[in-house]
Amino acid sequence: MFLSLAFAILSIFTLVCALGVVTARSVFHAALFLIGAFFGVAGLYVLLEAEFLAAAQVMVYVGAVSILIIFAIMLSRGYGAEGEAGNNPQWGWAAAISGLLFLTLAVAMRKVAWPVVAAPVPKDAIAQIGAGFVGQYMVPFEVASVLLLVALVGAIVIARER
Amino acid sequence: MISMYWYLLVAAALFSIGFYGAMARKNAIAILMGIELMLNAVNLNLITFWRYVKPSNPAGQIFAVFVLTVAAAEAAVGLAIVIAIYRTRDTVNVEDLNLLKG
Amino acid sequence: MNDLIYNLAQGWERWISSFLPAWLVTLIDDLLIVVALLLLVILFVLAFIWLERKLVARLQDRTGPNRVGPYGLFQPIADTLKLLAKEVITPDGADKAVYNLAPVLVVFGPLMGLGVLPLGVHLIGADLNIGIFFVMALGSVSEIAVLMAGWSSNNKYALLGAFRAVAQLISYEVPMVLAVLAVVIMTGSMSMQSIVKAQNPLMFLIVMPTAFVVYFLSANAEMARTPFDLLEAESELIAGYHIEYSGMKFAMFYLAEYINLFVLGGVATTLFLGGWGGPFVDKVPLLGTFYFLAKDLLMVALWMWIRGTFPRFRIDHMLSFAWKVLVPVGVVLVLLTGFVVWLTNDYWLQLAILLPGNLVTLWVALELLGRDARKSGERDKRLALA
Repeated sequence: MFLSLAFAILSIFTLVCALGVVTARSVFHAALFLIGAFFGVAGLYVLLEAEFLAAAQVMVYVGAVSILIIFAIMLSRGYGAEGEAGNNPQWGWAAAISGLLFLTLAVAMRKVAWPVVAAPVPKDAIAQIGAGFVGQYMVPFEVASVLLLVALVGAIVIARER
Repeated sequence: MISMYWYLLVAAALFSIGFYGAMARKNAIAILMGIELMLNAVNLNLITFWRYVKPSNPAGQIFAVFVLTVAAAEAAVGLAIVIAIYRTRDTVNVEDLNLLKG
Repeated sequence: MNDLIYNLAQGWERWISSFLPAWLVTLIDDLLIVVALLLLVILFVLAFIWLERKLVARLQDRTGPNRVGPYGLFQPIADTLKLLAKEVITPDGADKAVYNLAPVLVVFGPLMGLGVLPLGVHLIGADLNIGIFFVMALGSVSEIAVLMAGWSSNNKYALLGAFRAVAQLISYEVPMVLAVLAVVIMTGSMSMQSIVKAQNPLMFLIVMPTAFVVYFLSANAEMARTPFDLLEAESELIAGYHIEYSGMKFAMFYLAEYINLFVLGGVATTLFLGGWGGPFVDKVPLLGTFYFLAKDLLMVALWMWIRGTFPRFRIDHMLSFAWKVLVPVGVVLVLLTGFVVWLTNDYWLQLAILLPGNLVTLWVALELLGRDARKSGERDKRLALA
């Protein structure tokens, strides 16, 4: 019963924050709503018993990506009067298409008989993740490291003061 | 346990809202925020399927971590590009960035 | 009697489950744990406020507060009453919602960390299996709160102060996580109780002293205390990101700093000083709580001692120290610990490689720092004479 209550509160919080991201007048408020949405998704991960990923989500998204976004808003003078994040002329079409997308997904997912298994999560799930990173999934792990290095160097070079 | 359908519904809603944000906003940073919402929805979907279909296989969480990593790297590069564009064009409004238009 | 708090809790649990449904019992128990932790931390924060002022005063050869009560013991209460009575001024043009939310979030971060501190042999708010990772992730909440405070004050100096503060916080989070990672590799688990139990023969302070030094300095910078307190020092940027806050809202920032002291000191005792371990803990578990709080107090006193002794760093020195000194040392430590754990399972062989490895790393780092300092000193002398 607590589980359903927690799920309801967390999902409503996440969706309200997401709506705030796309409808806020000021882009800084949109960034703050985005942080709220990240926390909501981290809470949903905890409900799904993926607590390592929840902590990683908070640390990476809230602790790094959000701060990046806020710094970019400041550096591009996105605050005050110039920070008007209004809508495109075609926002009506965008709303209609995303509504249609959501309805299609909702109906299609309802009709599929997913192979749900009521198995418990193993106790050493975190150890399994670590073993997977350096065992079976080592190549994607190394490639992700190279990607991060490339992104780091690239971002510095692109945003450098001339 | 809560039925898996509800989690998938939340992920679909998050994805649609992010899609709307990426399509309908003028500020380039607001578009990037819509993209981040879509990536979060994808991650939520991955973890839902991991939990409900095969919790004994860590591949679900591992791939979610990879998506997280790639999203962070992409946000960094995207924001660097936005800052560079602001320096040369003095605007981040994507409506005004139409130099290649005929 | 030996395990007083735990037995009281068990007795209460038995009595209350006899006439209430299970979900209500869980709810009431959780609320009681929250209230108990809050009372504990408020008590300790009041003690820390007094301790800081007295200790720093004595180090600076003056008396410190001695009027308000015997030895100035009621000084924190006087401070609280003063802050409560001050007028709360909201700057014109400030973003009301964000401005009022920032002090709340600043306290929220450290307060959440209280729930995972292992206060005793069986006394922990929630023994998460990502315990220490959870505490590291909470640092991110403080960074966001600082940015919110700086931005919403409608004040350019507050904004600049907030940017510097966030730069410092994210720079020092990396070596802190690396030092914690070295401990987690040795333990094999991120759960706080497992880390305490893994320090059975020897505390990790003796096994990896350099990791302790890295963590100590990084935590000092994470709390933005002297010598890393450029952001809120009165002679610098006026008061940094909390210029525009007065009265009870400023008290929230003040409170958050002391709660952060308690929590990061608690994390340091868990990781490096052996947590609730000590002589006779297996016979009298109540002593475990006493040991933990005493070690926490020792760490906090160390940080206050450093505050009263050193001048503060400049912002570019601070950032280059983090990235060019602490991060390489942290990475070397993680590599060394990983290598040792892979090499052998025998505890004494691990110790025999880790302890000299740590000391060599520390010595090499200090040598390189000294050489660099001497070179830049000679360059400055040459430039001054020329």
